[in-house]
Amino acid sequence: MASIAIRNLFHDKVRLVVTITGIVFAVVLICIQVGLYIGFRTTISDVILHSRADLWIMTSGVRYIEEGVAFPDRKIYDVRATPGVADAQNIIIQFGDWTRPNGSQEGTELIGLNPDSDLAAPWNLVAGSAQDLKRADAVIVDKYYAEKLGVDHLGQIFEIRGHRARVVGFTNGIRTFTTAATVFTSFRNALIYQQIPDDRTLFILVKAKPGTDIETLRSALQSRLKDVEVLTTKQFSDRTVYYWMFSTGAGVTVIIAAVLGLIVGIVVVTQTIYAATIDHLREFGTLKAIGASNFYIYKIILKQATISAVIGYAIGIVVAFIAVRLAGESAPISLPLPLAIGMFFLTLFMCCLAALVSINKVTRIDPAMVFKN
Amino acid sequence: MPEPIVQVRGLTKTYESGAAAARALDGVNLDVHAGEVMLLMGPSGSGKTTLISIMGCILRASSGSVRIKGREITGLKEKQLPRIRLDNIGFVFQGFNLFPTLTSSENVEIGLDLKGVRVRQRKQRARALLDSVGLSDKYDAFPADLSGGQKQRVAIARALAGDPGIILADEPTAALDSVTGRTVMDMMRKLAKDRGRAVVVVSHDGRVMEYADRVVHIEDGKILNGGTH
Ligand SMILES: Nc1ncnc2c1ncn2[C@@H]1O[C@H](COP(=O)(O)OP(=O)(O)O)[C@@H](O)[C@H]1O
Ligand SMILES: [Mg+2]
Repeated sequence: MASIAIRNLFHDKVRLVVTITGIVFAVVLICIQVGLYIGFRTTISDVILHSRADLWIMTSGVRYIEEGVAFPDRKIYDVRATPGVADAQNIIIQFGDWTRPNGSQEGTELIGLNPDSDLAAPWNLVAGSAQDLKRADAVIVDKYYAEKLGVDHLGQIFEIRGHRARVVGFTNGIRTFTTAATVFTSFRNALIYQQIPDDRTLFILVKAKPGTDIETLRSALQSRLKDVEVLTTKQFSDRTVYYWMFSTGAGVTVIIAAVLGLIVGIVVVTQTIYAATIDHLREFGTLKAIGASNFYIYKIILKQATISAVIGYAIGIVVAFIAVRLAGESAPISLPLPLAIGMFFLTLFMCCLAALVSINKVTRIDPAMVFKN
Repeated sequence: MPEPIVQVRGLTKTYESGAAAARALDGVNLDVHAGEVMLLMGPSGSGKTTLISIMGCILRASSGSVRIKGREITGLKEKQLPRIRLDNIGFVFQGFNLFPTLTSSENVEIGLDLKGVRVRQRKQRARALLDSVGLSDKYDAFPADLSGGQKQRVAIARALAGDPGIILADEPTAALDSVTGRTVMDMMRKLAKDRGRAVVVVSHDGRVMEYADRVVHIEDGKILNGGTH
C-alpha cells in the first residue's frame, strides 16, 4: 500500500515541484558557497601547508604569508643551534612582478627557497626539478598561470624587475587566493628579484627532528630569538586564512551566501509543507479521531519532508557537481565527498526543520472538527 | 441486565467560547448496551454531537462520569485518549471523512495500520471488510469515483477495521438519499444483531427510527426519556 504520506505528497504535483525546486536551489547554493569557502581556504593555505616545515619564524605582527617583513638572516645560526632542529632555511615569499615579452606586467607570488632543502620546495612538478633552480635566473612557474604569464615552453626568458628569469620547470595546480601566479626560484634569486638586502630574509622555516615535541621547540625558539614570532605551520596557516577570509570579508561573503541558501530553502520548504498540511487538515483530524496518535501524524509529515529532501538532494547535488565542474576552471571551488555527504544530512535537517511548523499545527488540531461539516 | 458497555452519569459540558459560556449538556445519564441500536434524536443544537463526541473520547466533559467497558475515561490524560478510541470506538461521520488520495482498500488499511496489523495481512483484511459491506468490486476505486452510499460503506468498513465494541455514527444518512440511507442503516443494525456491537446513531431523521431498538430524545442538553433503564 502506498502510504497516505506518499499519496498526499504526489497528489499535488505543482506544490511538489515547488518544494523540490526550493530544496534544489538551497542545495546548489550551499554547495557552491561552501565549495568556494573550501577552495578559498585551500588556495590561501596551500603554500604554507605544503612547505614541509613544522615551524615558521617571521617578524612579529605578520598577519598573512604575503606580508613578511625582512629581518637579519643570521638568526638562522641560532635556530640551527637549537636542539631538536633538523633543518632550517631562509625563505622568501612575497608578491612579485613579471614582465611579459610584450612589456605588460603580471602579479606573482614569488617563493624563494634553497634547492638543496625540501622546505618550501615546489610540489606537483610536471616538468623540471627543484635542483634546476640552482641554475642562474631559473624559475619554475605553475601551469595554471602559464597563459597569464605568457609562458608556453621551457627555456623561455622573461624579466622580473629588470632581471632575467628563465623557465626551467612547471608545477600544476598550485593556485593562489589572490590569483597571483605561483613562481618558485632560489632564495638568492628571490632577494634580487624582490630587491631585498642580501643579509635579510622574510621567513625561516624549521623542520624538527623526528620525535620532537613541536610546541616545546616552538617556545624554545621563541624565547631564544628576539623581535620575531615563531608559529607552528597550523597557526600560521590559520592566521593567514583568517586574514584573507575574514579581515577582507571574502569569507564572510561566501558564508553569508551559504546561510542565505539555507534560510531560503527552509522558508520555501516550510511554506509548501505547511500549505500541504493545511490542505489536508481534515484528514489529519480524521486520523486523530479514529485513534491515530500525534506521533503517527508526525511520521506522515516527516516522511513527506524526508522524501522531498531525498529527491531535492539527488537533483541538487547533480546540479551542484555540474556547476562546480563548469566553475572550477575560473574559481577555486571544490565539492569533496564529505561535503556532499554532509550536504545530504543538512538537507534532511532543513526539511525536518521545515516540517516543525506543520507538526506544531497538527498537534493543535482538535479531532472534534470531524463532526463539523 | 448486563453491565452497559457505555455508561454516562451526570454529564455536563459547557463550551467556554468567549464571554457567553454555553451549556451544551446538562446532567445527562445514558446507558448503551452491546448488541443494541440506540437512536439519539433531538433538534439541531440540542447537544447530540457533543454527547457522542464525549462518549467517543474526542471531547472532554466539564463534569460527570463516562465509563467505557467499566473504565472511567473522564480523568484520563489527553495522550491516553487516542488509544481508547482505537481500541473501543468506530466512528461514522455524516461527511464520510474518507482520505481522498487513497483507494477504498487503502482507506480501510489505514484503520488496520493504526491497529498495528502487519502490512502483509492488511490488504486481505481490508478486502474482507469491504466484502462485508458489499463493495467487492470497489477495492481500487478512489472516493471521488464512489456514490455517497458507497463512500459511507467504505467509512463503515474503516470504522470496523479496529474491531471496536462501539460504533458511533453522527447523522450517517443525512447526506444520503432514502434508499441508500436504508442500506446503511441495515448495515448498522446487522453490526449490532450479528456481531454484538453497541451502535449509537445520531439523527433527526424520523425514517431511521424503525431500525432502532431504543430511541432516546435529547433537548437543550437534557435527556427527555429512557436514557437509562
Ligand atoms: N465548539 C463549540 N463551541 C461553542 N459552542 C458549541 C461548540 N459546539 C457546539 N456548541 C454549542 O453547543 C450546543 C450543542 O451543539 P451540538 O452538540 O453540535 O448539537 P447537535 O449536534 O444536536 O446539533 C449548541 O448550542 C452549539 O451551538
Ligand atoms: Mg450535530
